[in-house]
Amino acid sequence: MIEVENLSKRFVVRRGRFRRERHVVDAVKEISFGVERGELLGYLGPNGAGKSTTIKMLTGILVPSGGRVSVGGLDPSRKRIELARRIGAMFGQRVQLWWDLPLLDSFQLLRHIYKVPPGRYRESLARFREVLELDAFIHTPVRQLSLGQRIRGELTAAMLHGPELLFLDEPTIGLDVVAKQRVRDFLVEINRDDGVTVMLTTHDLGDIERLCNRLLVIDHGSLIWDGGIPELKERYGGERVLVVDLEGPSEPLQVDGATVERVEGPRQWLRFRGSASELTARVAAAARIVDLQVQEPDIEEIVRRIYMR
Amino acid sequence: MVDAVFVWRKLVGAQVRSQLQYRMSFTLDVFGSFWISFIDFLVVLTIFHNISRLNSWTVHEVAFLYALSSITFAFTDLLIGHLDQFPQKIRDGNFDIVLVRPRGTLLQIVASDFASRRLARVLQGTIVLVYALSGLSIHWTAGRVAVLLVSLPSAVVIFGSVWVVGACVAFWTTDGGEFTNAFTYGGTTMAQYPFDVYGTWLRRLLGYFVPLAFVCYFPALYVLGKPDPLGLPRALDFLSPAVAAAAACVAGLTWRFAVRHYRSAGG
Repeated sequence: MIEVENLSKRFVVRRGRFRRERHVVDAVKEISFGVERGELLGYLGPNGAGKSTTIKMLTGILVPSGGRVSVGGLDPSRKRIELARRIGAMFGQRVQLWWDLPLLDSFQLLRHIYKVPPGRYRESLARFREVLELDAFIHTPVRQLSLGQRIRGELTAAMLHGPELLFLDEPTIGLDVVAKQRVRDFLVEINRDDGVTVMLTTHDLGDIERLCNRLLVIDHGSLIWDGGIPELKERYGGERVLVVDLEGPSEPLQVDGATVERVEGPRQWLRFRGSASELTARVAAAARIVDLQVQEPDIEEIVRRIYMR
Repeated sequence: MVDAVFVWRKLVGAQVRSQLQYRMSFTLDVFGSFWISFIDFLVVLTIFHNISRLNSWTVHEVAFLYALSSITFAFTDLLIGHLDQFPQKIRDGNFDIVLVRPRGTLLQIVASDFASRRLARVLQGTIVLVYALSGLSIHWTAGRVAVLLVSLPSAVVIFGSVWVVGACVAFWTTDGGEFTNAFTYGGTTMAQYPFDVYGTWLRRLLGYFVPLAFVCYFPALYVLGKPDPLGLPRALDFLSPAVAAAAACVAGLTWRFAVRHYRSAGG
């Protein structure tokens, strides 16, 4: 569905107030990856890492400075319009709907922009009305919708023309737990039932853990991870934390194969690799343990570690 | 093309419906717009209160020129006047949304708003036209009617092209609204007066290079049956449609070039 080979994007920016100097910024540096039809892919990276630039090149907004891109067999920058009919895009922080008009009007306008045949339009609208529960506010002007309602509207707008591939930029940003869950369920459904390929950028690691079967991590313009989430944990999450409650406050424990990370009264946090039971035995030899617990690293922690590398 | 007009109508219809959501504001806008343009014409009357002729032009002749320019400008403004908000779209990145939709970018931008309140200015222009005609005795030949009818839409196209080229500046500067305004609003003000009153360099820049003299000046000379005070060839009186077509081509190409620049430089 997507093939990317040595893709680069270089910007020339001018800095300085009086003497304006040209600076070259490599926003994306020779990245390569492929996406199969039907994947649900997470694209992760800190601000300014090159996520949006990549998505813009994949959707035909930006022309690459180097390398090759093919999306659905098309070169996005040359076949922008042809590609636009086959993909959907949603930018969580931009409003694509018509602000002052009822939500339904936006859908009708998009139907004309995308030339969706009336029959198919009715069918897909009926379905999204049901799945995303739009009926309660479909006649309300967009400006009066809550963020959660608006995002549901935006998702419908991005999907109405039946795209094969959906790009989502921060789809759950600012949503409460319930609204987030609804969006996630929707994405899983269109991916599973309609075979829509989904690529989403996010800062929300919950999105990644619940939705994606594959993760790309970009930092400073380079891909630093491409693979599954279990493998990522395996690779970067080798260290675990043993939390022990001792009988009373004490100096940080000196134990082989572990470093004390934090002490809070009688409770100590020990970072370690390898077997938890061996470490527990060593700790038990040094002090009396009242209670203990082993913490697996969560993805948030792992990503923090990757970024810090 | 037919399809593009259809989409344009749908999108503009949506804008008009949006504006009608704020009826009070709309009414005040229309009223304000009419009043401003009315005062604008008072300036002309004030000038002629003190002099009887501006070069060879009488007050009614200037009023005629003023009315043609005002009406055609008002139509342009109605259709694409919102292009002066375009730099904002570039700045906040909303132009990207235009690029992920399967339609021409210029069509989407032009259809993204419709300044209905500027209808007031059409009204003002019409009133001035009535005033002008009341003091003129134009001998309406078929040729004069034809020139007038052809030059009105040509004028809209010329104004519109200037506007589009001006908007393209935003692709490089992400601002530059005022620079553009100098040519659009400034240009209209110029086109409302006879070009022979201006200095040579100004005439060359805004009359022929930015072809505003073809908006109303040359056609008006023909319709009024006035000899060109500058002694230029009379063939120029009929050139407006050709100039309009050329201006539209230049505008279209500039826009394409500008969008290409935006897509490779990333705004």
